[in-house]
Amino acid sequence: MGQAIAFYTLAAFILGFAVLVVSTKDTVHSVLFLVLDFLFVAALYVLLGAPFLAAIQVLVYAGGIVVLYLFVVMLVNLKRPPEAHQDPHRRTKLGFGLAVAVLLELGAIATYGMTRTGSPLVVPGTNGPLPGNTEQVGWLLYTSYLIPFEIASMLLLVAMIGAIVLAKREL
Amino acid sequence: MPAGVSLRDFYYLLPELVLTGGALLVLIADVLLPRRSGHALAWITLLVLAATLASLGTFSGTHEVAHGLIAVDEFALFFKVVFLVSAAVTVLMSVRYLEIEGASPGEYYFLILCATLGMMILAGGIDLITIFIGLETMAVSFYILVGFIKPNQKSNEAAVKYFLLGAFSLGILLYGMSLLYGLSGTTNLRVMAPVFFGPETRHDPRLILAVMLVVAGVGFKIAAVPFHMWAPDVYEGAPTPVTAFLSVGSKAASFAMILRIFLEGLPAMVHDWQILFEALAIVTMTVGNLAALTQTNLKRMLAYSSIAHAGYILIGLVAGTPRGVSAMLIYLFIYTFMQLGAFTVIVLMRRRDVVGDELKDFSGLHFRHPYAAFAMLLFMLSLGGIPPTAGFMGKFWLFSAAIDAHYYWLAVIGVLNSAVSLYYYIRLVVFMYLKKDATGSEPSTTPALTVALAIAVVATIYIGIYPRVLFEIAEASARTLGVVGITAALP
Repeated sequence: MGQAIAFYTLAAFILGFAVLVVSTKDTVHSVLFLVLDFLFVAALYVLLGAPFLAAIQVLVYAGGIVVLYLFVVMLVNLKRPPEAHQDPHRRTKLGFGLAVAVLLELGAIATYGMTRTGSPLVVPGTNGPLPGNTEQVGWLLYTSYLIPFEIASMLLLVAMIGAIVLAKREL
Repeated sequence: MPAGVSLRDFYYLLPELVLTGGALLVLIADVLLPRRSGHALAWITLLVLAATLASLGTFSGTHEVAHGLIAVDEFALFFKVVFLVSAAVTVLMSVRYLEIEGASPGEYYFLILCATLGMMILAGGIDLITIFIGLETMAVSFYILVGFIKPNQKSNEAAVKYFLLGAFSLGILLYGMSLLYGLSGTTNLRVMAPVFFGPETRHDPRLILAVMLVVAGVGFKIAAVPFHMWAPDVYEGAPTPVTAFLSVGSKAASFAMILRIFLEGLPAMVHDWQILFEALAIVTMTVGNLAALTQTNLKRMLAYSSIAHAGYILIGLVAGTPRGVSAMLIYLFIYTFMQLGAFTVIVLMRRRDVVGDELKDFSGLHFRHPYAAFAMLLFMLSLGGIPPTAGFMGKFWLFSAAIDAHYYWLAVIGVLNSAVSLYYYIRLVVFMYLKKDATGSEPSTTPALTVALAIAVVATIYIGIYPRVLFEIAEASARTLGVVGITAALP
């Protein structure tokens, strides 16, 4: 029951943000709503018991791909409506807040790393499925799905060569 | 939990390994060889393809390798031969074309080999994951190949269109696949099939939605109407050898995927997808042929004709019998040669200052180059389905399979469409043989192009006169697919 409530709440947020992505006039806002959307999808993965996928979702989509989007928005230089706010110190305040948040996060990570006394990731001598979500994904990729995994590397090579072909100057 | 991949897997994947190694070899050779060594690279590519073809013969029988992700059977073997032969003919066509366009050959041949690799994975894939990865490898290679002639605006436009629509269609296909996985709990087609025979899943609306999404996704890949919008522009804009490879290799691979997914994975849903494909087949044949009537650009005309041919081939799938499937294989094999041949003649017409793909470029070709004109005549007759060419045999087998399965209407519509298609095929023949004006362009032959043309001509005539060998092989290949299960499910 609780899970169902959580799922429908998350799904409502995902759909709501998706609508906002396409309906908002400002391109930058649209991209930022997309980030929120991706984060809620990540939360959905956590709910499904796939924390590894959630982390990948945040890293690849909310991180990498959205940065790419922002670059495109910056490069094509779309006309933005004038700023509604008049506060001259707004940027300074915002920057200060963000800096403090990042520092706190770094501190938290550092203390967590110092105080942690866990076992090493791979238990030597085991050859069955390992405990933990990430380990299981890795195990599957290198056993049952090794061949598709290897073909995916060829796919990546093709994409790389393609990017070079399309981007390099005429020789 | 099974451990790793054994040597046995690598043994059965030898052709794919040879091809992958060869592709990397081409990439390295491109760096090591001096500039302007397109011929040497073409030779290396041909050798790689020949080695892969030879390695196909090292084993026989039906096997499942890599934990049931890839099937190595006669069905896959049949398609792999088609892919390798069409890749080889494409390479033969490309040598001169690349010189004229001034494109770098190393990456081009690498991408051709990688596209072939993707097709081979696709033909053997019996798991949604392998199918998806193979499809992506093929599609990404083609996105780049279509836009390979960078100074050409049409080529750029074609690449962008193909990429956007391809990515979109892939999204639809993936959504369908994810629903299939969610409903069955497995990505393996052969494990999935019995699950859907269960009484509660069979009439699940979500399953029907999944089938519809997968049909739409694969419909894009084979350019079936109404998912055909990309085909004419992409075929016209792409470099001609790439167009040829796209229209035969990619299409054959997509049909292999369709047969695997629907006959091996979804025989329980046969009544649902049969209706969808029946509608697709009728619309695709009719729209493709009617649109081709008004085209004056030969590449566009062949694009619409290729759409129509996809419609004919779908008839075999609708019939759903082993005979229908073998007719599809036969038709794909024959179609490969006639289509490649027609594109080879278009490449012949390409000169430094003339593109040579307009209808008027062909006027009076008979008086300037009778052999090229005769070859084109042969391919046009074959595409139209006139005996004694191979195209007649292919159509005959497809339509008779439809009649066999009591799809009389489908056969009638197919025959009527063939009659319509004759108009635009014969119009080209009229231009070549009856117009004597000298405005058309002069074809220029090279040994490589002559060999490509000879392969296509010989295959088109040989299969037309003596089709028995091909028929027997195709029937044996169709038998290895899970067609038996589907015939049992039919009324």
